[in-house]
Amino acid sequence: MAGRRNAAVESRIPLSVQPGFHVNSNKPAEDYLIPLSLTWTKTGALDPGPVIYPKPSMEKYEFSAKPLSVFTGNFAVIANFKIAPDAPAGPGAAVGRLHYQACNDRACFPPKTIEITVPYQVR
Amino acid sequence: MSHFRLTAAIAAAITAGVFLQGCSRSGSSVDAASAKAERERHQAPDFALKDADGRWVRLSDYRGKVVLLDFWATWCPPCKIEIPWFIDLERKDKDRGLAVLGVSMDDEGWDVVRPFLSQVGVNYPVVIGDDRTAESYGGIDALPTTFLIDRTGRIAAVHVGLASRKDFEDGVERLLQAPAPGSGDRASVPATTASTN
Repeated sequence: MAGRRNAAVESRIPLSVQPGFHVNSNKPAEDYLIPLSLTWTKTGALDPGPVIYPKPSMEKYEFSAKPLSVFTGNFAVIANFKIAPDAPAGPGAAVGRLHYQACNDRACFPPKTIEITVPYQVR
Repeated sequence: MSHFRLTAAIAAAITAGVFLQGCSRSGSSVDAASAKAERERHQAPDFALKDADGRWVRLSDYRGKVVLLDFWATWCPPCKIEIPWFIDLERKDKDRGLAVLGVSMDDEGWDVVRPFLSQVGVNYPVVIGDDRTAESYGGIDALPTTFLIDRTGRIAAVHVGLASRKDFEDGVERLLQAPAPGSGDRASVPATTASTN
């Protein structure tokens, strides 16, 4: 990801869920479900903007009375930033935390958080 | 204002290590195990965890009873399918020697567990689990994971993932009907007869 000062930039972050598993979307169907979320812990010379999540699929599982809002397979999250007006030229990296909780059709697995690093270059 | 898109090459670099995994044991971990023969049973690890009132609950407190030990969490939909079955089992078989014990694996603890227990009307003891307890039971990668423990404190069956109500009912019934520890073949002799001589 590269741009000049004051430029709006975006990073497409590809994610992949193992076959047979799903993760709750960023807006689960039930309040008690843990949503997928991306938050930034360090953005360097970038001002973070909205994170855009894909359209979820509504899937029915044996353990749910109604369809759940989930992500499966390959999908991407789009992170938007604006390069700060006083950003020094050169490389940097934004670091974030992707929090998610996965299930298959019979069991659920403890929530996990993984670190996401987005390198950037200020021209 | 210019607007740049990330190139595919850079995207591939970012995604390294970002493979959302549910469980290292994958789908093979969700088989409902049938009851083990007595000689194959291992002692259930003891633990001491606090209930909602701050009282210590130890598995060893239940020696002599059949224990249904359920690891669950409020964020786990299949766990919520099974819990009403356990409420019914506790109600039906408590006086025959069954004890249901729930271990919540919610990181948020009682703040989320207490309202759920109240809402659902859970009628058996629930404690908040910890990593040490989970590790002693093999890691508890998947929820729900439910252990059926015989009257001598040995694990007779493990159900990983959503099982059937009948599996639990049959498993509990089998263990309740087994001879009491130390009674040999005289399972039908009431313990109270010992004091009549």
